[in-house]
Amino acid sequence: MLTRLAYRSLQSLLVTFCLLITVFATDLRAEDDLRAMINALGEGNFSQTAKQVEALAKTGDPKIVPALEALAAGDLYQRKSDKQVFLTKSSGGTLILIDPLSGEEAGTEASGALAKIKVNNSLRRVVRSALGGLTLMSPDAGTRLQAAQTLLRTPSADALEPVETALAAETDARVKLVLERARAAALLVLDRPDDEKKAAIEIIGNAGGQDSLSLLSAALASADDTLKPDIEAAISDIQDRQALWAAGQNVWYGLSLGSVLLLAAIGLAITFGVMGIINMAHGEMVMLGAYTTFVVQEIIRNSYPWLFDWSLAIALPLAFLVTGAVGLAIERGVIRFLYGRPLETLLATWGISLILQQAVRTIFGPTNREVGNPSWMSGAFELGGLTITWNRLWIIVFSLAVFAALLFLLKKTPMGLQMRAVTQNRRMASSMGIRTPWVDALTFALGSGIAGIAGVALSQIDNVSPNLGQGYIIDSFMVVVFGGVGNLWGTLVGAFTLGILNKFLEPYAGAVLGKILVLVLIILFIQKRPRGLFALKGRAVEA
Amino acid sequence: MITSFLLKSFDRTIVIAVAIILGLALIVPALNLLTAPDHPLHVPTYLVSLFGKYLTYALLALALDLVWGFCGILSLGHAAFFALGGYAMGMYLMRQIGARGSYGNPLLPDFMVFLNWKELPWFWYGFDMFWFAALMVVLVPGLLAFVFGWFAFRSRVNGVYLSIITQAMTFALLLAFFRNDMGFGGNNGLTDFKDILGFNIQAQGTRAALFAASAVALALSLILTSGMVRSKYGKILVGVRDAESRTRFLGYRVEHFKLFAFTVSAMMAGVAGALYVPQVGIINPGEFEPGNSIEVVIWTAVGGRGTLIGPIIGAILVNGGKSIFTAAFPEFWLFALGGLFVLVTLFLPKGIVGTVQAWRAKRKEYRKAAEDEAARGQAVAEPVAAE
Amino acid sequence: MMNEKKPTSLLYLDGVSVSFDGFKALNSLSFVIEPGELRAIIGPNGAGKTTMMDIITGKTRPDSGEVFFKGDIDLTRRDEAEIAQLGIGRKFQKPTVFESHTVWDNLELALNRKRGVFATLFYRMTLEDNARIEEILSTVRLSNRRNDFAASLSHGQKQWLEIGMLLAQEPELLLVDEPVAGMTDAETAETAILLKEIAKTRSVVVVEHDMGFIRDLGVKVTCLAEGSVLAEGSIDFVSADQKVIENYLGR
Repeated sequence: MLTRLAYRSLQSLLVTFCLLITVFATDLRAEDDLRAMINALGEGNFSQTAKQVEALAKTGDPKIVPALEALAAGDLYQRKSDKQVFLTKSSGGTLILIDPLSGEEAGTEASGALAKIKVNNSLRRVVRSALGGLTLMSPDAGTRLQAAQTLLRTPSADALEPVETALAAETDARVKLVLERARAAALLVLDRPDDEKKAAIEIIGNAGGQDSLSLLSAALASADDTLKPDIEAAISDIQDRQALWAAGQNVWYGLSLGSVLLLAAIGLAITFGVMGIINMAHGEMVMLGAYTTFVVQEIIRNSYPWLFDWSLAIALPLAFLVTGAVGLAIERGVIRFLYGRPLETLLATWGISLILQQAVRTIFGPTNREVGNPSWMSGAFELGGLTITWNRLWIIVFSLAVFAALLFLLKKTPMGLQMRAVTQNRRMASSMGIRTPWVDALTFALGSGIAGIAGVALSQIDNVSPNLGQGYIIDSFMVVVFGGVGNLWGTLVGAFTLGILNKFLEPYAGAVLGKILVLVLIILFIQKRPRGLFALKGRAVEA
Repeated sequence: MITSFLLKSFDRTIVIAVAIILGLALIVPALNLLTAPDHPLHVPTYLVSLFGKYLTYALLALALDLVWGFCGILSLGHAAFFALGGYAMGMYLMRQIGARGSYGNPLLPDFMVFLNWKELPWFWYGFDMFWFAALMVVLVPGLLAFVFGWFAFRSRVNGVYLSIITQAMTFALLLAFFRNDMGFGGNNGLTDFKDILGFNIQAQGTRAALFAASAVALALSLILTSGMVRSKYGKILVGVRDAESRTRFLGYRVEHFKLFAFTVSAMMAGVAGALYVPQVGIINPGEFEPGNSIEVVIWTAVGGRGTLIGPIIGAILVNGGKSIFTAAFPEFWLFALGGLFVLVTLFLPKGIVGTVQAWRAKRKEYRKAAEDEAARGQAVAEPVAAE
Repeated sequence: MMNEKKPTSLLYLDGVSVSFDGFKALNSLSFVIEPGELRAIIGPNGAGKTTMMDIITGKTRPDSGEVFFKGDIDLTRRDEAEIAQLGIGRKFQKPTVFESHTVWDNLELALNRKRGVFATLFYRMTLEDNARIEEILSTVRLSNRRNDFAASLSHGQKQWLEIGMLLAQEPELLLVDEPVAGMTDAETAETAILLKEIAKTRSVVVVEHDMGFIRDLGVKVTCLAEGSVLAEGSIDFVSADQKVIENYLGR
């Protein structure tokens, strides 16, 4: 995380530094020459201007780039009075003049006092290739890379020469790769022998991506029969790879959704799965966790802004404590009177969920509250053909961590042993000296606390409003029931299966219909296996 | 056969309840139509519609009670059956608008014109006829319940699992009806109704008639459910609730018994929805909200599940309370409702009617014991007197 | 030897195996019940006695093996309700009656009449049914409690009510799981008499732990262990068997 940030800032520092050096390295005399050459752009017909552009390009000085860009865009004007050439920016009826070399404003003129330097398409092409050549020779690798990419996207016959020159001089492997592709792209539009073209097609085909696809499609339209099969093969190859990446992206979205479902359901896997309590207020525990994050961030914003990147780390234990305490109160106050009456528990906890929602609405207002992403959770990066956002990635990692921690707690600690003992045989556990009421209360508090820390994570990707929990409750129950009640691994598999299934249905059915289909599939699945994916079997399971 | 079924359905409580409901069907419209607005007994039209709405809620609660109270199936899908019935009625009312809509299209409802649809979807055919719509009001929820129940009960999906998947079903329908291309008006639902059976839906007389219709529907449903639960079928239903495996091992196909009750109950819910829509003037996907289904459960629980009068009383009390509460302290209604859920499950599990019944049964037993005591005392005393 | 008995037997199990998550509850269990026979089944906990009943009544499907009723009715393809209608009744270990119904209603529901939804919806009590219920009430000695809720009965009375319900069902084969658990000695003795009475007109299979009770019954005994038959014969023969002593009695 931090190294990435450091790298980024270092990079921008370097770029500025290089720019400064080039500015100071150019001496004034050379600048005078350049100015004269730019002024000459205003003279003569198109072909003379083109010659002038080529002459400018030969200097290889990056300072002329703005002037050339303006020329191609039609923003370069000559002042009639003194034949000076300026870049312009329109401002009402007048034009703001900009010095072509320094980029500083140099007064205004009425548009009548200026003559536009005219360009036609052939001139534009000359300018573009000159520009490409210029930036290709830039000392900064980033600039060269950008120039090469531009040339790759808009291939032209003129670009071949500068590209080849640049290729010979290039040392950076990344830039070199793009240059080779740009060369191939230029070759495609040129009249070259078939084997050379075939090699070019192969290079572009290997590059892949949407740009290569449009290059090849364009080439296909004008290609002769000997090349067509090669191009078509390359195109279908790219499309196959794209389909694969798209599938990969879907898996990623599915994993991401799965992790959200896992986070939302994992607390329920304890309260419903292990204890058999239908906790309809589970979603509200998630909501309380999210609001805890909001409060923590508010305090940090107002008093300790430098701590902002730590806000989630601070919110996590607090959310666990807050929701765990609320859970404890609910268990002691209501649920313990309702053991063995699951349907009544459903009603009572629904009532509690209404009260909690309304309480939060009264305190924090009914609208969405702003919960920010710390810097390490914002942005995205590319992995092959995948775009991966940092917040989603962290949430997947976090959900798995919570799962692992919970598994450890249940399987390896005395507390977990007692919990399992009580849920398996309450009377036996009780007669062995386990204080079952306390174990019940703590188990419920644990489930609620986990819902709370899920809320911290979900506050990063969802709107924090009093209705936050409502959106998760049905999905959570689906995950637990689908995975098999009383089985944590079932919850894990259930969450990711449903997540991926949902995302794969979406492209065909749309988001809403996809969700409906998933619900219907789960309903059908429960008919087939009423006890879920990983159900306990045998005589002990009495319906 | 039918007469014996009907005869069995009447006991004292049911007769009194039916009489009261039918009495209301006469008195409330009469007080609305025949008294002057400033008369002390005058019932304003908005109240007639409000009470009419309560009666449809009572019918919905009664429907839920048939499956939950008597068969132990806690359906969280009854709001869906209610809404489906409502949509069927809404579609009829939409077709009745005809060319009077904002776009003046004689065939297509406004929202279809707005969506640039050129022709009426096939499932809207026939809804211009009242008898067809009325048939759909019971058939559509009934069919959904039948298909859903067929699968669920055959696979022995029980208890909370059934509750959860009925909720999932409702949620799926909610999402579906929100979609514009479903052809049910999407988010906005169906509204701006004009006529029902040729009568202006806003007119005082129509409103009074709708109230009376709701009351009659409730009374008929009460007689029907009473007949059902008092028959041998009803006893088996209770048997399924209390000891499902015993019923099975006695040779009864439990899934058929559940399916029949579930389907009849869904049809009743559909009728309730159909009567609800013209009285409130709108039906939209919000009616499918999972929360609505759960609210019906609490009406039933407050009144007393497993009793027939309970859900009716519960629905009217809770909704009456809601109307008063939301007017006086809108902020606190959800606190009150939430508290009601908790308090009723904790302290009044049998509901109002159930608690009163239990109390009366206890008193009767006590009195009987006292009489026995007295009789025995006399038996002992007599020989003494004879001496 | 087994196959020869198939056509004449009332209940015929051959090579029945079933396992739950790797645990073999029944391991190639085979035995035969003749029409009119009263049979006692004993065995330690986990021997597979209840699982055997689950398989006969259709609650559990066997992994392999044959179960035939009256020679040619394959029970493994039928569900509980169907098997009950064929004439197999089952009494649970824990008395299971309809607690919120009266004793009378419990028997009315158990009567062997049409069991469809509509048949029950329009059912009317006939004089014949009335008489039958009266008869059963006196058999199980609950006549004076006919209008009481089943929930108010004592444990022993509930056991008897359940037996009464099975009688009303008029089964040809009656499976009885631990009928005297939790009964007083007097009740136990009376239950033995009742079961012998019942066995005069139908076959009865009794699973029981109470050796005294089985001695009272004085019938053929099958001892199960680890899911298969360990020994079969008279009570004295079985209790003298070395394997039975090791597996069951000795412990």
